[in-house]
Amino acid sequence: MSTRDVTILGEPAGSDRPADPGGEGKGEIHLVHLYPREMSIYGDLGNTRCLAARIRRHGYVPVVHQHHPGAELPAQVDLVVGGGGQDSGQVTVEDDLERIGDRLRELAAAGTPMLMICGMYQLFGNAFVTVEGKSLPGLGILDVTTHGNEKRMIGPVVLSTDVGDVVGYENHSGSTTLGAGQAPFGRVRHGLGNNGTDGTEGARSGHVIGSYLHGPILPANPALADTLIGWAAEQATGHPFAPETLDDEVARQAQQRQVRRLLA
Amino acid sequence: MLRTTAAVIAGKAARTAARVRGGGTGGSALPGLVAEKVDPGFLAHALRDVPQVVVVSGTNGKTTTTKMLVALLRAHGRTVFTNPTGSNFTRGVISAMLAELPLRGRLHADLAVLELDEAHALHFARAVAPTHALLLNVARDQLDRFAEIDHTAGLLTELAGMTTDGVVLNRDDPYVNRIAGGLRDGVAVRWFGLDAAIHDRLGELAEHDAREQDDFEAPPAGAEDGLLEPVDESAMGIRWGAADDAERLGPVTLRQRGLAAMINATAATTTARMLLGAAFEDAAAERALRTVAPPFGRGEVIDADGQPLELVLVKNPAGFTVALGTYGSTPVASMIAINDDYADGRDVSWLYDVDFSELRAKGVALTSGVRGWDMALRLQYDDVPVGGTETDLGAALGQFLAEHAEEPKRIFCTYTAMLALRRMLAERYDVPEMGTEVEEGAP
Ligand SMILES: [Zn+2]
Repeated sequence: MSTRDVTILGEPAGSDRPADPGGEGKGEIHLVHLYPREMSIYGDLGNTRCLAARIRRHGYVPVVHQHHPGAELPAQVDLVVGGGGQDSGQVTVEDDLERIGDRLRELAAAGTPMLMICGMYQLFGNAFVTVEGKSLPGLGILDVTTHGNEKRMIGPVVLSTDVGDVVGYENHSGSTTLGAGQAPFGRVRHGLGNNGTDGTEGARSGHVIGSYLHGPILPANPALADTLIGWAAEQATGHPFAPETLDDEVARQAQQRQVRRLLA
Repeated sequence: MLRTTAAVIAGKAARTAARVRGGGTGGSALPGLVAEKVDPGFLAHALRDVPQVVVVSGTNGKTTTTKMLVALLRAHGRTVFTNPTGSNFTRGVISAMLAELPLRGRLHADLAVLELDEAHALHFARAVAPTHALLLNVARDQLDRFAEIDHTAGLLTELAGMTTDGVVLNRDDPYVNRIAGGLRDGVAVRWFGLDAAIHDRLGELAEHDAREQDDFEAPPAGAEDGLLEPVDESAMGIRWGAADDAERLGPVTLRQRGLAAMINATAATTTARMLLGAAFEDAAAERALRTVAPPFGRGEVIDADGQPLELVLVKNPAGFTVALGTYGSTPVASMIAINDDYADGRDVSWLYDVDFSELRAKGVALTSGVRGWDMALRLQYDDVPVGGTETDLGAALGQFLAEHAEEPKRIFCTYTAMLALRRMLAERYDVPEMGTEVEEGAP
């Protein structure tokens, strides 16, 4: 554990260490949270907590790594998560992201699932163009471009996605447009989404998903969490995902109440 | 007719009208709006004869700290104008003034102590430069309004830059700490914070989203700076500076438990000492701190059929974490009510920046409010047993009171949930009307 690691609330001690021999269950899944200090505001660490808890409930063993600027990514990476940050946080991680960019692009190309929220979603795109017209390059893993603007897009969101309804909360000042062949993550049914005009929210390429939704997005949308875990389990073990049946009634209630309320 | 007199008359009329309609006790913003419209210079004029104008701002603890500071000053015989509990917008201040203003529109008081949120504090300072500012902390709260912590910190920095005589700053808050660099020449700085012996408890007060700021260093504490020395859950002392032979105040036992109330008391006392100078008396200060009651909803205790029912307002991660730390040592039957109106903070993501494991042993009887299911889900991830979820506040309260009639109870609630619950409780029990609390701490 790095001294820079932050507390992931609820995570048991030692969940950053590999399983004891014989205790791997259905297999180890190595989860990396990028820049937990700089890029995980608005509860985005809750996504990592949700994934680790559900990986465990499905009978696998999560190994939770935190990646800080200047450090090396672990040898095994099965699932990558990133969150939103303030402008100051974003500036702090830009150089490091460029440094580990090739590795992230390789992982993405090899099918490693990734969930990038808000600021990290923007940094996974082609570029961020500031209000002054300056273009800052991104990783280019998602074919999106973000323009800074004065107007902040804030409020609750309901989406239709490949995994069904998704609810969350957006809070961003960048306005994002999708490249010609880039699929969105979802269609906006309530809220503003990528730019408030074209009805798209987020972006998805293969197993990489970018979205503006905080909330955090995963706990109230367990189908999305399990989709990411399923991809990661296959990646990690070489076998099809073997989920347990989980009781998600509370999550379903939380999600569907928001859907009904916002679409009413 | 003088413009200000016209404003006072118009404002007083609006105030009366608001009261007739049942709009409360003068804390409503409308009369202030009317007065400000008639005379934009209203505030500056009204405060012209008040020698010291003190603004209290920051994210957490404004209401409690303001109440304590007012009590401290009144205990020293000072006449103090203050805005009613929680009305921390400029117009709320004017509305409150209208009750006390003579028609020519100038307030008579030794001091004005005003609780203002970050944006309104700045708005106020542009109209009237405060002589003093007490800046508590910068935490994530109501991000719908201010969007980013850095922005909120910027508002306070600007406010401090407009203050003419003295500022009191939190040594342990990285954002507030940095403000000292941007003051006008000759403005005095006093610090408050935790004594080095309890520095490991800083995490209980610290803002989660400030973790990238952790490389800052607290400035050295001199003999005018207040350092908190807790004795137990509710007794505390203050040492003046870090020197071995430092003078000390207390110990005194507060009527509110926990580290947050103690740090607020430390902030208020350090400020009172700055404002009063040589007139500051330990005995008067201790008496004020001992007697000042918690503001409504901040650990307020209601007698519910012979059993105490505590209402605990929670509005952001730092505040909720502190509240759980404060009350965790005495687990009782608990309910949590989360709404997501504007005044609550519309984004409930913050619940994931609070550690609920303190509640694991006793569990939570009921979650409620519009986001009651989200709260239950959050508790599930911290392995806290939840007895049930009832999003309707009235039904939930009825069920909670009925099922836990013979034991002490506690409700953690967001702002609008608290207002609603309080109204319902007032129909059953003796609950003081909001904004009409009796004056305390007077000699
Ligand atoms: Zn965001």
